[in-house]
Amino acid sequence: MAHCELRETSFDPWQLLAEWTAAQQGASRYGATAVFVGTMRDFNEGDAVTGMYLEHYPGMTERQLEQIMQDAIREWHLDDALIVHRVGEILPAESIVLVAVWSAHRAEAFTACRHIMETLKHNAPFWKRETLIDGSSRWVERNTAG
Amino acid sequence: MQVKVLFFAGLRERLGKADVALELPGTATVLEVWQQATGGETLPANVLVSINQVYAELSASVADGDEVAFFPPVTGG
Repeated sequence: MAHCELRETSFDPWQLLAEWTAAQQGASRYGATAVFVGTMRDFNEGDAVTGMYLEHYPGMTERQLEQIMQDAIREWHLDDALIVHRVGEILPAESIVLVAVWSAHRAEAFTACRHIMETLKHNAPFWKRETLIDGSSRWVERNTAG
Repeated sequence: MQVKVLFFAGLRERLGKADVALELPGTATVLEVWQQATGGETLPANVLVSINQVYAELSASVADGDEVAFFPPVTGG
């Protein structure tokens, strides 16, 4: 069953995927799986970044993720979908977001995975405040182009 | 009518408050809620708005018991 959730602690996206596919019990209706993992970089806009705080809007963030996922399932006839997103304090190299989709064919899987990520970046209420190497912090003003 | 107003991220820090409970006479738009809740602060050009956790326009009408939120462009993912 499609699922989305927020996590306050670090997670291993590959372990989650292994658990998820094990729970699918060898389902053979899908022929394509597309996965995106977003990881925290140790640099941004030319500066070294040592950490990040990810704020969200409790309630609205979950609603937005659920809506983005359900819209994609409907539009691309996905067999399954999974979105996991971190909130709170995050360190470089930790995973920020996992998006995985399962469909009959690759075109739908690739397109839906990309669409979910781009829509999430534009619509889901999350805000990053990054800490720089000198200890100062700043809000990230905008997303990178892609 | 009573309206709950929320501010997030850099906007919350700039205004120095996370939430405001407003008591308004009659009807109000989102823009009027902003003016009341901030004491007439200039509205940031790129601000995003939601009513009851659904995106809304500044011209939208607010009803009794609504939760209205103002926040900067989102940067998740």
